[in-house]
Amino acid sequence: MTSILSIRNLEVGYGTIAALHGIGLDVQKGEIVTLIGANGAGKTTTLRTISGLLKPRKGEVTFNGQNISGVKPHIITGKGVSHVPEGRGIFANLSVADNLELGAYLRKDKIQKSEYDRIFSLFPVLKERIKQNAGTLSGGEQQMLAISRALMAKPTVLLLDEPSLGLAPQMVQTIFRVIREINAEGTTILLVEQNAHMALVTAHRGYVMETGRIVVSDETKALLASDRIKKAYLGG
Amino acid sequence: MFRRWYLRDFILLIIYIAVLYGAWVALEYAAVYWPSMRYYNRILVMMGINITLAVSLNIINGHAGQFSLGHAGFMAVGAYSAAYLSVYYFGPYVAKMPDGSAQQIVWQNLLLIVAVLAGGLMSAIAGYIVGLPSLRLRGDYLAIVTLGFGEIIRVLILNIEAIGAARGLSGIPAWSSFFWVFFFCGLTILISNRLVSSSVGRAFLAIREDQIAAESMGIDTTRYKVKAFIIGSCLAGVAGGLFAHYTPAYLNPTGFTFIRSFEVVAMVVLGGLGSISGSIVAAIILTLLPEALRPVKDYMPGGRDPRMVIYSIMLIVLMLTRPQGLFGRKELWQFLPRRKDSLPNEARDEGNADDKLDRDAAPPVT
Repeated sequence: MTSILSIRNLEVGYGTIAALHGIGLDVQKGEIVTLIGANGAGKTTTLRTISGLLKPRKGEVTFNGQNISGVKPHIITGKGVSHVPEGRGIFANLSVADNLELGAYLRKDKIQKSEYDRIFSLFPVLKERIKQNAGTLSGGEQQMLAISRALMAKPTVLLLDEPSLGLAPQMVQTIFRVIREINAEGTTILLVEQNAHMALVTAHRGYVMETGRIVVSDETKALLASDRIKKAYLGG
Repeated sequence: MFRRWYLRDFILLIIYIAVLYGAWVALEYAAVYWPSMRYYNRILVMMGINITLAVSLNIINGHAGQFSLGHAGFMAVGAYSAAYLSVYYFGPYVAKMPDGSAQQIVWQNLLLIVAVLAGGLMSAIAGYIVGLPSLRLRGDYLAIVTLGFGEIIRVLILNIEAIGAARGLSGIPAWSSFFWVFFFCGLTILISNRLVSSSVGRAFLAIREDQIAAESMGIDTTRYKVKAFIIGSCLAGVAGGLFAHYTPAYLNPTGFTFIRSFEVVAMVVLGGLGSISGSIVAAIILTLLPEALRPVKDYMPGGRDPRMVIYSIMLIVLMLTRPQGLFGRKELWQFLPRRKDSLPNEARDEGNADDKLDRDAAPPVT
């Protein structure tokens, strides 16, 4: 199998502190892969390095067979990797419509009405909020907007950084249902989560990170059944 | 980059120029009969220059969210570059022509535009140079760098003999006028207005709101930040060039200290960061206020002048009551109840909405 996104021996650091000690992972076309782990394990760092916000010290990131390590973020986005940053990063003082339009910033083609329809079918609430300032949305709605905005770029791979962060349990269910729907329509997803149970139930394969290293990787079914994972991440 | 022009825009532009020209002629005539009109005329021109400066700084500070404290420096670069051309090349050339001839009038206005645009170009280059460090710096650090830049420019001017050094540069032909100042002022407002609704303007706003998210959207933040600096400083240079050519047509480095930069920043902040009409209204208020407070001196014991104290207190009170500025991020017409075809600004606003419909399928609004 050829992987659409792969990381080999990646080392990233902040100043003198190393955050990733040579990690490797593969994402196959069409699957949902999750990266779980505790705070400070290096999950966000991994995503930020893939999308070009951080430069690796060593190792490489390849997307569709091209080396994209150290390439500027706007070029990586242009190749089809969309990143939904941690904490959502919506443009609070712009309207929901403006936010969505900015998601399509790099596209040369016109935004079709059907794309809005698709987003409104995924998240009906955004249709009601279309003219509001994004900052007035609730946390869950903001997360929906952040995901929708990333979809406007028509990405091949969607990087999601803790979409469940700070959301009510019901909202978490909604978000994960939509993640599965987006994936079913053909978008490959790399999902970083602290909510290990939801992530493992949703994803096909999972990697477990601890202090900058990948310690376990397997099918999510196997991970869910593993005693070690149960004990450390699933509360029993 | 900008949306396309409609016939309506051209008609509005011609009306604007005609009204300006009429007002200018009226002011000139009035000054012949009432000499004190020269004073009011001068305040009006300073107002126009301040509006240009505030609106141009608003592009950098308000739209792109890059805090710059070097606007006086950009203005100085434009003023001195334009004045240098006029003093050494354009002035002597026009002086050879017969006084008051049509030929002379045409050439002096033409050369004024050339000098002013050259000033703008030099400022744009300066903006590019200052914009580059903004790739690495954010917030307060950028503010300090730009503050330093403004001072470097002033000290440089102080030491260049060819442009008068500390003596100042005199002998600049006084070609600038109410008409040209407001012509370029209108142009600046138009550019700024079009910019906000263009894709470049959207990129500026995205960078202001959240830089990391903007990068994830595929916006080359470095390039757009430098772009904001180039556009803003170019327009400030144009204002400087017009200022240099306005009576008494004398430039002195002490007029371009960081205090001048702070004045412009005060206008932008008072008006509301990101609001074009806010910058305009604040520039008008802050130009008129010190003048309107002149008579206060007469009521003070010993003839002391408390003008700047009152000015400062009013600024403090205004900022305490409206910390987001007069208009916040909104434009003036967004406060008005919506009517059709009433204000040119509103018409423009609607024009943009039309344009959106043309360009993309607009999201269906229920």
